Amino acid sequence: MMLSLLGCAQGTTTTVEQATAKRPGTVSVIGAISGEQQAQLEAALVPFEEETGIEVVYEGTDAFTTLLPVRIDSNDAPDVAMFPQPGLMRSLAEEGALVPLEAVLTREELAQYYPESWIELSEVDNEVYGIWYRAAVKSLVWYVPEEFKKGGYQPPETWDEMLALSDRMVADGKTPWCLGLESGNASGWPGTDWVEEIVLRQSGPAYYDEWVEHGVPFNAPKVQAAFETLGQIVRSPGYVWGGKTGALSIPWGDSIGGLFGENPNCLMHRQGNFASGFFPDNVVPGEDIDFFPTPDINPDYKNALLVGGDIFAMVNDTPEARQLMAYLATPTPHEIWAAEGGFLSANTQVDLNVYPDVISRKEAALLTEAEIVRFDGSDLMPGAVGTGTFWSGIMDFVAGTSAADATEKIEFYWPDASEQETLEQESLEQETL
Amino acid sequence: MDNVSLILKALLAIALGSVGIIGIFYGLNILVEKALPERSRIKVLPWIYVGPSVLLLTIYLVIPTIRTFYLSFFDNRSEGFVGLQNYLFVLTAPDTLVTFRNNILWLVLVTGLSVGLGLIIAVLIDRVKYENLAKSLIFLPMAISFVGASVIWRFIYAYRPEGAPQIGLLNAIVTSLGFEPVGWLVNPAINNFALIAIMIWLQTGFCMVLLSSAVKGVPDDVLEAARVDGASEIQIFRRIIVPMIMPTVLVVSTTVIVLVLKVFDIVFVMTGGNLGTDVIASRMIREMFNFRNYGRGSAIAVILLIAVIPVMVANVRRFRQQELDR
Repeated sequence: MMLSLLGCAQGTTTTVEQATAKRPGTVSVIGAISGEQQAQLEAALVPFEEETGIEVVYEGTDAFTTLLPVRIDSNDAPDVAMFPQPGLMRSLAEEGALVPLEAVLTREELAQYYPESWIELSEVDNEVYGIWYRAAVKSLVWYVPEEFKKGGYQPPETWDEMLALSDRMVADGKTPWCLGLESGNASGWPGTDWVEEIVLRQSGPAYYDEWVEHGVPFNAPKVQAAFETLGQIVRSPGYVWGGKTGALSIPWGDSIGGLFGENPNCLMHRQGNFASGFFPDNVVPGEDIDFFPTPDINPDYKNALLVGGDIFAMVNDTPEARQLMAYLATPTPHEIWAAEGGFLSANTQVDLNVYPDVISRKEAALLTEAEIVRFDGSDLMPGAVGTGTFWSGIMDFVAGTSAADATEKIEFYWPDASEQETLEQESLEQETL
Repeated sequence: MDNVSLILKALLAIALGSVGIIGIFYGLNILVEKALPERSRIKVLPWIYVGPSVLLLTIYLVIPTIRTFYLSFFDNRSEGFVGLQNYLFVLTAPDTLVTFRNNILWLVLVTGLSVGLGLIIAVLIDRVKYENLAKSLIFLPMAISFVGASVIWRFIYAYRPEGAPQIGLLNAIVTSLGFEPVGWLVNPAINNFALIAIMIWLQTGFCMVLLSSAVKGVPDDVLEAARVDGASEIQIFRRIIVPMIMPTVLVVSTTVIVLVLKVFDIVFVMTGGNLGTDVIASRMIREMFNFRNYGRGSAIAVILLIAVIPVMVANVRRFRQQELDR
């Protein structure tokens, strides 16, 4: 108490800085990952803690999208947040709740580590806010090679081949697909990935961008067509294990387990690379499990890839938070987790040899070789849709609502033009100020 | 180390909270009695006692209510005035009718069944040998938070497709009887009832305890007189016990009604409001914090408040009536 009073009396900033330098503090981080993944993240931050003496206090919560805005509103915000979706980062940045990265790394410095397309994805109003950490490849269909060999099945090249294969499996008395949409109050999201894949492959990247930016309404015919295409899988009798009740009830992480075992529940499962975290323990990647990229629909849009990613952004501008952000851009934390498995990085300086197995190397190659790369659309849409009615709309559609009704309801919740106008006006006002 | 300091802080807070409050009242009382002449003392003294709670209520209830009302006329970031647009949006949204229907369903079923069951159990348990044990067992769920209860019930309602081992209690029973497993939480015909059952399980104990003490308050001589006159036990229950404990029944009912109108945790944890299970309060939370639209969130809060007002008015009126009866 006395010391701090004396410090105030002297009143120079240098003494304050020295005080923090002598007693390196902590940096608090909030993120959506927990459990085993949390341990891996913390392991990746150990070199930072050892080098700087700063302690990273990580808090993992599965209610991230609800909790972070509440914490910011109540002035109880963590220093750094690891966003599972840039959509929320974007809206918080627009509100001025986040600190631009400029203070830590310039765009040029960042370009040493990340491809231009990824840097653009971390921008809000021409300012970079975030550092990409874990990247995800979503366009993967998992299968067990042994089971495919037994049935004489070949990985399909086109969507029609995939449907024909599914029909063959049903005729052979097997269930082609496992699908689990349950995910607490985020239920439905695995289905949004399906719809995004289909829009991208059916109507192309330009239309995909327009759809994500609301250049076309959500209930546009092409989007409805994508829902119907998903319907060909989830609504065809015998296609999905447990039918629609199974799809709606089974937790998403459990659903891939259906591929394994003596008598597997199903033969194919479409899910991102992070599904590997839910493999049974004794599974050898590349032998017991493999994937083929989601097949093309329209040959004009071949070799397209849907990706996702976790992005770090600063909420409080503290020296410790700045140091952590700078560290996260370097390849070290990426390589540490990559070596553990279940992790891909968009950081170009990461050595491909650190990936522990054939599967992740194959995924990383896919990430660099794809001709059309698009970010997970629901993560870029406004929260009311991307983390709200798009999810619940998928649940409604799978439960039996028509594509027209389901998409109309989602469209109703898209923030209307007047809201977006106020946002634009505000940014203009700020510029003139 | 951190935990120890947290526990110490908590203990300090409890000590300050309970002893401190008494201390404040005691101190102020002495101050008034010593410092003021007798005449003004009588005028000031009531305010000493009422003041702190009026102040706290103003800060934590009245001001936020007024502010919520004010915000409900502004846009998503509380900056531009939008008039009644938020109310129009909320009232025309495609799922609003479903939300209102669900709230009515919750109100009728939870209030009716938990008060009804509570009353029946209270009367029956009065004649049981192990009354306290039975009562504690029924009261036990009361101690579980809504979120905790929801987690428990997720395991009860869990679904696995036919042929797979059922990990949910209910579906294990259903399949062992030879039926197909049921998607308790995803079948729109039953999922609301599945959620409502959780609330009834939580609230019946509360109703029972209050009603039980009211039942015990019915004088024995009245009951004996009725029996001497040849009334059957059912007649006694309907004509004597129920009318005599009616005030308690009403108080318990209004408490449950207000509680049910506020419910969101169960819906939030179990279904996320999907597949036709949304209620007013869970929509409010979502608009406010997930969609970050303060205007719409506030508008829903105001609608909810308006829905509660009649219940509160009825409650206050009855309290006044009781005062008069005395």
